[in-house]
Amino acid sequence: MSIRTDNLIWRIGRKTILDGVTFQVKPNAMLGLLGPNGSGKTSLLRLLAGLKQPHSGHVMLDRTDLKSISRRDIARRVAFVEQHAATNSNLRVVDVVKLGRFPHRSMFSGWTPDDQQAIEYALERVGMEDKRTERWQSLSGGEKQRAHIARALAQSPKELLLDEPTNHLDVQHQIGLLRLIASLPVTSVIALHDLNHAAMFCDELIVLSQGRIVAAGTPEDVLTEPLLKDVFRIESRVETSPYHGRPHIHYLR
Amino acid sequence: MTASRHLAGQLFVLGALLLASLAAIGVVVGISVGIGDLPIPLATTLSAVTNRLGWTTAELNRIHETVIWDYRLSRALVAAFCGAGLALSGAILQSLLRNPLAEPYVLGISAGASTGAVAIVILGVGSGVLSLSAGAFAGAFAAFLFVALLSNGTRGGADRTILAGVAASQLFNAATSYIVTTSGNAQQARDVMFWLLGSFGGVRWPEFTLVSVIVGLGLIACLFYARVLDAFAFGDEAAAALGVNVGGARAALFALTAMMTATIVSMVGSIGFVGLVVPHAARFVVGPLHSRLLPACAIAGAIFMVMADIASRILIPKQVLPIGVVTALVGVPFFSVILYRIQRPS
Repeated sequence: MSIRTDNLIWRIGRKTILDGVTFQVKPNAMLGLLGPNGSGKTSLLRLLAGLKQPHSGHVMLDRTDLKSISRRDIARRVAFVEQHAATNSNLRVVDVVKLGRFPHRSMFSGWTPDDQQAIEYALERVGMEDKRTERWQSLSGGEKQRAHIARALAQSPKELLLDEPTNHLDVQHQIGLLRLIASLPVTSVIALHDLNHAAMFCDELIVLSQGRIVAAGTPEDVLTEPLLKDVFRIESRVETSPYHGRPHIHYLR
Repeated sequence: MTASRHLAGQLFVLGALLLASLAAIGVVVGISVGIGDLPIPLATTLSAVTNRLGWTTAELNRIHETVIWDYRLSRALVAAFCGAGLALSGAILQSLLRNPLAEPYVLGISAGASTGAVAIVILGVGSGVLSLSAGAFAGAFAAFLFVALLSNGTRGGADRTILAGVAASQLFNAATSYIVTTSGNAQQARDVMFWLLGSFGGVRWPEFTLVSVIVGLGLIACLFYARVLDAFAFGDEAAAALGVNVGGARAALFALTAMMTATIVSMVGSIGFVGLVVPHAARFVVGPLHSRLLPACAIAGAIFMVMADIASRILIPKQVLPIGVVTALVGVPFFSVILYRIQRPS
């Protein structure tokens, strides 16, 4: 197993945000994290990235507890693409991607051919090679998001965590980004709002509601009419798409 | 092959830039030494320095030599180091707090220093044992601790630190005003106010030794943190996700800026605007990466402060303006131009 969690509980003050979350992700699979606003998707990703400590339970990377791994060692294998990562400094795209090499470099080490190779690969993978010298403030939303993913790839991660990466993107860029993530040779956990996108691209899905997992499994198993009514309070019809063979959801008013 | 040649080329450019900027600092320091009631040519200053270093044995006017060594050279060099230290502190705080308005005094450090100074001068707390500078230093560190406690140590976010700094400034400024207004002695109050606005008048070689060591070590320490500061570009959480020990780095960098600022304020009073304006100007020229930005800030800050000191002595004949007045008068128009020319972020 790549990432495994065991009965995670996390609170803010007295409010329980995550309540006994247990799941696992197969290596190189793409796991979609679904759920209404405030269901705990972002919090779960933060715990998986080791940015917050669970009040009880464990996050395991392979067979090691995340708690016993140093910040820098976590960053060498787990990359996190935040939902709102803005900056007021006007870095070039290549400088942002270079940040991904931070955990691999010591305070004194110079820029190595390995580092250069990693950022070239990352830039190529997201199709930003010819934008490398452009300034951050001149990029469009889609380009910023792709640059963030390139930065994450430059970390040479085994696990990639993404918090609603398709927010604010037009439909072309949403599909392009999800296809990119699905094609990467990494384990990814991705919080999504668009159920049809999740059905099309994810290998497995988890549905969170009020901090608990209410459904888990393949898109076919998870995305059912009763569950959608239960969790998202919508009337819908789910059918198998004649075009891509995955479930497709029709919303009925 | 091409990579190593490229690297060698970069090193050459870097060395040339460093030499050129050191020469520029040397020239403004020389000009600063030359200006005053007794004008001294640049060549005389140069000979005096090389004489003292034992490189040359030129015949010099003894009065010139005394004026250079005992008054003006130490003053100009202290000004250079103070400018470098304030600009560095400003650059670090702007990056760490991710706020373009941050500067050394946002943490209330100068307000604390002022309170410490007036407590000694007017109330006579510990006078005899503590000098005005020591009082200012103690006050500055008290303010730093106050902000650290109020912003919940290093765990509070950038916004909390800024709010705590504003609160500290208000509190310590109020305490200073209270002490000054309730004291009966108008002359003392006037002296303190003058000191608060900043002056290089009294500084000599002991001050130079202290400030050069503190700012020199500060610059080296900051350069070690250059990459860490880059990693803060997208915020604390993004830095942590890149493997930065956020709490430790913040604590170390805040302590560093507090140390430099407290030393400078206790020596020459609170000189505003340098820490705000110089980092923005430097960023405009060399870009936001800290391995270049920090040295550029140190150099530009040094040159700016020496020039401000020159201006403070020649703007009004027979009178020295407080340096804080000059930095603001020179700095604001300069800053306006930069502000106007910077592209609006989308």
